Parts: sequence; structure tokens; C-alpha cells
Amino acid sequence: MSILIDDELCTGCGSCVNNCPYSAIELVNNKAKILPSCNLCGACVEPCPVEAITLKRGAQKAAKVDFSQFKGVWVITEHYKNIIHNVAFQLLGKGRELSDILGVDLTFVILGANFDNELDEISKYGMDKIIYVKSPILKHYYSDLYVKVLSELIIENKPEIILIGATPTGRDFAPRIAKKLNAGLTADCTGLAINPETMNLLQTRPTFGGNIMATIRNPNSRPQMATVRPGIFKEPQKVEKKVSVKKIDYAFEEKDSVSKIIKVINTSKTHVNLEDAKIIVAGGRGVGSKEKFKLIEELADVLGAELGGSRITVELNWLDPDRQIGQTGVTVSPKLYIACGISGAVQHIVGMENSDVIVAINKDPDAPIFHIAHYGIVGDLHEILPILIEEIKTINLNKE
Amino acid sequence: MKIFVCVKQVPGVSEIKIDPKTNTLVREGVESVINPNDRNAIELALTLKEKHGAEVLVLSMGPPQAEEILRESIAMGADKGFLLTDRAFAGADTLATSYTLSLAIKKILKESDPEEKYLVICGAQAIDGDTGQVPPELAEELGIPQIAYVLSIELNEDKIVAERKFRAVEIVVIETKLPALISVLNDINKPRYPSMAGILKAHDNSKITYYNAQDLNADEAKIGLNGSSTEVWKIFAPERKGNRVILRGTLEEIVQQLCQNLKDDKIL
Repeated sequence: MSILIDDELCTGCGSCVNNCPYSAIELVNNKAKILPSCNLCGACVEPCPVEAITLKRGAQKAAKVDFSQFKGVWVITEHYKNIIHNVAFQLLGKGRELSDILGVDLTFVILGANFDNELDEISKYGMDKIIYVKSPILKHYYSDLYVKVLSELIIENKPEIILIGATPTGRDFAPRIAKKLNAGLTADCTGLAINPETMNLLQTRPTFGGNIMATIRNPNSRPQMATVRPGIFKEPQKVEKKVSVKKIDYAFEEKDSVSKIIKVINTSKTHVNLEDAKIIVAGGRGVGSKEKFKLIEELADVLGAELGGSRITVELNWLDPDRQIGQTGVTVSPKLYIACGISGAVQHIVGMENSDVIVAINKDPDAPIFHIAHYGIVGDLHEILPILIEEIKTINLNKE
Repeated sequence: MKIFVCVKQVPGVSEIKIDPKTNTLVREGVESVINPNDRNAIELALTLKEKHGAEVLVLSMGPPQAEEILRESIAMGADKGFLLTDRAFAGADTLATSYTLSLAIKKILKESDPEEKYLVICGAQAIDGDTGQVPPELAEELGIPQIAYVLSIELNEDKIVAERKFRAVEIVVIETKLPALISVLNDINKPRYPSMAGILKAHDNSKITYYNAQDLNADEAKIGLNGSSTEVWKIFAPERKGNRVILRGTLEEIVQQLCQNLKDDKIL
């Protein structure tokens, strides 16, 4: 197992040196040389313009799976209080696209207790099949029961692609299933595509804190599994079509799980739902103080928007933690995102760049937020917002 | 009781970025550190040790220089460090990493008291890869229950009760039995600094054990690159879209333009 560099082909251009995340390649006598700190990540292979680098696996690679047996795209859902998580519908949109390219069926998998009356409505999201695993206990999320049921279903039905929301729940059960099946799993994807040559799934995700994007593939294992970040893909248009429903009853009891759910605590007195918000007004360090955040709140108020903020505003206790947007907070994609006094660190941008329209207000004309903003205002938010608030109020009045 | 803590040496990632013009990595002044979440895992192990009594064993898979973070863990108060290092481990994805870590835990248990109860604590995710997949995969490999994204934990004899981040505003309280694995978020505690006595202890070479693939009797098809199902195909700089219209004029004019644009976009 090693990275091999063909000295005949290597031109000493240094592309590999610059692409190595571990500083493990250097140029010696104008030829690339791999250092012991190489992690065999393979990031240098693709950038080499002369294909001089190959990643060589050992001979003992586990027996190849017969890929032809694996067909179909699955989306596995989670729910709370009998409401399906939005990310599942977003994945049905993307899943439809992938399954159409592959010419296979799209299947929606629900583990729950009480979805019989919802199935008609659910079936409008463009899938071909629904697998509904029904058991009274599955009104809650049990890690081990999900792993058991889903692993059995996957082994029996052999889908080639499985998409799961990258939520605390999805990221809890997906890795255990991947381990059980020895399947490649890519975490927290923000891009999915089919490689037209190999028909393999290409999974793109932010890494190194969002500073680098990596495209991952699982060329030697099936199914290809990915957890996908909520708020990235759009929900599909509803359609009327015939969907086949397979219902499977399980007689689980509480003692069948090694874990016991004691209670669910709601930590927020007010209902914060940034993921579904149509408009979000967010503040950053430039707001200046907790007191001055009132201005941001007022703008949110007149727009009927949710309030959000960058990490620093939460750290400074200007804002509640459940309103944090970005890499370590929530990812959002509203119709309108107004960023006030947010400079646009990459950790924040990855959490909101999929918004339909981004407005940025910042004093610093070089702030990176302006690179992704649709409308930029260079200026002092404390002067601009009061005028904007009045203008919105006037618009609201005229509407009534 | 034994508490195993799995730690990873990571580059301080906020400095790593890709130059969008040349599409190459910029790594000025990047140094290697203990993954921040893993410090929370060590802190939790030490707190549980102080309250209930336990042996805190810190494991890391990585290149020889990852020994530094084991010594740092010992300086914080851990009892022993185990470095799993071998060229054959390189290129591991989460499947291969969790397999390798599980072998070390099984070996340590087998060579002490196989019946002894234990808890495995991991940081929820590492700042370089950000996958958070190793903890659940390690639990699966060990055949024990897991609670991921833990915000607080109570230990009572052989039971643990943990608060776990469940949704944006909901926390679920779960009870399970030892042996078990938990992964912790940074809200759970504030990691301590190494003590002077700890730093002296960290220089004691007998506190660190090295395992290679042969020591662990590892299946070559399951470690390193061979044992990995995922491959990095390419890396690149994040794309930035946006049409960058800077609105100009007096404050009133700017606000008028903005509102008109938002009306045209059918937002207002």
C-alpha cells in the first residue's frame, strides 16, 4: 500500500505539493517525493496534470462485491412527534435526480408508529416506492432498533445508494449500519452527483472546518452511503403518481432496545425553527453589543423573520445558542438572508450560502460576505437599519 | 472500571485554506494539536475518575509524532497512553480506524480483566475530517451501545444516563448499561490544563505503550487504505456564488434600491 510517483512522468510542477493536506510531499531534484508523514489520503492523485501519481492498494483487498445485484436509491427518514424531518423531502428531490440518471427506483423508508394516514400526502414527493416499517415503539428513535431493522432491509433489498439526513439522529445510526455492512459512508455531504463514466456516486463535503471541499467516492463497496446536510437541497414539486407501499409490522417492545428513553426536553421557550424560516435576519460581531442587537430583532420583527447570528454573537451571549448559523450551528436556506455586521468567515458562510437572496450590510468593503451577497451595502448598520425598518413598515402598511 | 478515551492529533484547521486563484492549499504556521472535542472527552474521563474511581486509558491511532498528544493527555491526568502506529494503518477511513481502535481496546481488556466494566469516551467529531463516524462505528465493532452527541452524563454503578443532542431545540435523556460508548460535544465541560505534576508524569516512558498491526493481530484487509471503503477523489476550494451588486447612494437611496430589488425578486 503506497503512493507511487512515476519519476519519468513527473515534471516537478508541484501541484501535488500544494494539494497535500499533510505537508507530506516535497520536491527533490525537481521530482516529487513522498515523506513519511503521508497519510495515503490520495488528495494528490487527481491534481497531477501528467497522471504521474497512483495510489496502490495491497493485494489483500477484500473480495469484490458483485455490484450488479445492487439497484435503486433509498432515502431513509427520521421524524419527531410524527412529523417527518424536512431533510428527508429535500433528499427525495436529489434522490429523484440521481435515480433518473441511473434508471432505477427511488424508495422512501419510514420507521414509525403512526404514518398510515399520512402516506397519501407523503407519496406526492416523487418516490416510486415506500417501505413503511411499523411498530408502536418506533414513534421514538431507538438507535439499536433502527440499526437492526435497516441493516436487515438493506441486506435483503440491496440498494446501491442510501441517503440519510446529516442530523444528530442520522449521524448516530448511519455509521453503525455502514460498519455492519462494511459499506463506505460519507458524512455531512453538501453535493451529490453520478460519475457518468463509472456510474458511481460522487459525494462532496466540506472538510477542514469548511475551508476545503472534498469529493469522496466508494468505488469498491456497496451500498454507497451518505449523510447529507439539511438545508442544501430543495424539496421537490409535489406530483400525483402511483407509489407502491410495502408495510412491514414489527412487534418490538421497550425491552428489545438496550437503551431506554427517559424523556425529551425542549430547551427553548420560544420556538426557534431556523431551518424552515422563509426570511432570516442575522447579526454578527459588527452589531456591537447585546443592547444593539435589539435593532436586528426589530428588523426581523417587521419582516416576520427569524433571528439568527454568527458564532461570536452566541459566544458573547448576545444571542441564544439555538440561533447560531454556520458550521457548528444550523444550516439554513431561506428565501432572504440579511447579514448585518457579519464579516463572512467560511464557518458562517457554509451555513447560509444556499439562501435564495443574500443581503449583506457591513462597514468593511473587503469583508468576504460581499463575495456571496446578491445585494451588498457598505455602511454602518446602525444608520441603515432604522431607515430600512421604517421603509418595510411603510410597505407593510400599503399591503394592508 | 476502565475508561478508554480515543483522541486524534489534528492540524489547527482554521489556518488551512485553499487559495481560490491557484486552487492549492495554504498551510502557513499550522501546528498539530489534540482535537478540541477530544479534550472534552479527556476532561469527562478525569471527572468520572475523581468521582467514581477508574483507570483512564487514552488511545490514539496516528503517526509516531501523535505520541505528543498522549503525553499531553497524561499531563492532564490520564493514567496511560496507547499509540497505534504502523505504516499499514495509513490511509484509513472511519471503517478502518474504528476497527483498529477496537482491536486495541479488546487487547487491553483481555490482558487485564476481561470482565471489568468499561466506558469508551470519544470527542463527537474531529475538526479536520468532521465526520463524527468513528464513535458509532467503534461501538458497533465492540458490540456495545452508544450515545452520540452527549451534553451531560451521570454514572450510577453499571448504568449511565446521558443527555444527548437530538434536534435543534430538543435534548433526549437516555439510559443504557455499561459497557457503552459515548461521544461528547464541547458544551459538556471546560477541559483542564496540564498540572506541573502531570507534566513530570508525562515524561515517564513507561506510561506509553506502542502497538503496531502485528501486536494487534490485525487483519490486513481491514486496516489502513486496504480496509477503507471511501476514497478522496479530489479536493478543491469552496465555490462562492452571488452576483455582488453593491448598492450606492445616500442611505435613503440605498434602502429604496434594496426594497425595490427585493420586490422585483418577489420577496417583499
